[in-house]
Amino acid sequence: MANKIAALTGNNAVAYAMRQINPDVVAAYPITPQTEAVEEFADFVANGLVQTEYIPVESEHSSMSACIGASAAGARVMTTTSSAGFALMWEMLPIAAGLRTPVIMYVANRAFSAPLNIHCSHDDTMGGRDTGWIQIYSENAQEVYDNMIQAVRIGEHLDVRLPVMVCVDGFIISHAVERVELLEDDVVRKFIGPYKAVNPLLDVSKPVTIGAIGLPDYYTEHKRQHSQAILDAKPRILEIAKEYAAVSGRQYGLFESYKLSDAEVAIVIINSAAGVAKMVIDELRAKGHKVGLLKPRIYRPFPKEEIRDALKHLKAVAVMDRTDAFGAGATPTATEVSAALYGLPKVPLMINYVYGLGGRDISPADIQGVYNRLFDIAKTGKITGKVFDYLNVRD
Amino acid sequence: MESPQAVPEHRSASRSEGHLCGAKLKNAKEMPIGSAITTPGSAAEYKTGSWRNYRPIHDKAKCTNCLFCWLYCPEGCVKVKDGKFVEFDYDYCKGCGICAEECPVKEKAIKMVEEGK
Repeated sequence: MANKIAALTGNNAVAYAMRQINPDVVAAYPITPQTEAVEEFADFVANGLVQTEYIPVESEHSSMSACIGASAAGARVMTTTSSAGFALMWEMLPIAAGLRTPVIMYVANRAFSAPLNIHCSHDDTMGGRDTGWIQIYSENAQEVYDNMIQAVRIGEHLDVRLPVMVCVDGFIISHAVERVELLEDDVVRKFIGPYKAVNPLLDVSKPVTIGAIGLPDYYTEHKRQHSQAILDAKPRILEIAKEYAAVSGRQYGLFESYKLSDAEVAIVIINSAAGVAKMVIDELRAKGHKVGLLKPRIYRPFPKEEIRDALKHLKAVAVMDRTDAFGAGATPTATEVSAALYGLPKVPLMINYVYGLGGRDISPADIQGVYNRLFDIAKTGKITGKVFDYLNVRD
Repeated sequence: MESPQAVPEHRSASRSEGHLCGAKLKNAKEMPIGSAITTPGSAAEYKTGSWRNYRPIHDKAKCTNCLFCWLYCPEGCVKVKDGKFVEFDYDYCKGCGICAEECPVKEKAIKMVEEGK
């Protein structure tokens, strides 16, 4: 398989994937740093490169509403957003999930105001992690391209039928030019196949009501059904990843383990910062240190058992998030990982950092500092200093 | 999908038992996905009469069969045959009392009586 290679930003790669997917409907509203992706896609529509019905809405609340309606009507639907746009969609996000409409959304992660900031934090999608959507995080432009294509299959799988958000770091990846391997259009179209909606509103021969009331006699069973569906998506996601590997040569899992199996200490970190960590790991490995990394890819459903198995042998682990869960005293991923490790006879010692808020760079020296602290913890068998802290902050 | 532990029968929540108004409720595995309703007219299965606090009682002796009750009933719960009042449909009558209010007979051919009395 001779893949085409191009120099693309993360946003370019997303727009390219969207062109290849050729969705029936896109309803989106521009917001930095996602704008470029949807602008470029609008060009494809204007130039007749896709057959998509493009709905230029007046807000993100409307874009998600239009997506839900179009999906319920039977269309394959996509949208894109960031930060405040994601927040404005919030009311509609659990509705997309509760109605089991497989809307695919690209999110270029960006910090919440205030203070106003257009750069990367994971505040938006970490805040929305419990809206019932499948969440996929992507380290770089290549991963976001690959994840967008797989997201279509995941969301539309008849055992899943859930909306999927594909996340990447705003500016750091959305605006940085990288080498990206692209599939041929016909390979992508064959991989995703045609969309066959279940109970589409536009099938007038089979009338259906979407969005009816669910009172106390039924509401709980609906939530139970949804809860089971998202948990059961894990094996489907892996099957689709395997099929994708066959056409692309790139294999994805629920998370990426980097030099983790024989590691004594490790960092758990999502998205672009994992790239910095891998570089530091290579340097430390060259000096004989047993260091590793776990980079969550599928965050919802959270691969609890698999992450427990991957981390249980460690002496110490640092969980790092590009967001704070104010007042929790731990970041979202630290809470998730702690819950995954709970009940093990011997739990690795864990520290937790907030890093890189609002686009602050995370340097190899920052990561090296975290590993140095992990070495001390592993050596002494106890945590000195704070369990939860901000990294690289003027305190 | 099992409950974590058995609960004495008198303590269990009536809503989770799977019965309401005598109808068997579907469980989480049986329900249409995404709360879609695929059977047109299925609202008829939901006996909204269970909401009623006061039930209308009809007095045949006083009734003039003017059918104001039939005209005003917002739920179509007054059954009429050959231009004459037959009965109320208590499966769906929510006991709003509009029929009793609008009954033009001075002595009122419809009275609202509290349920359970």
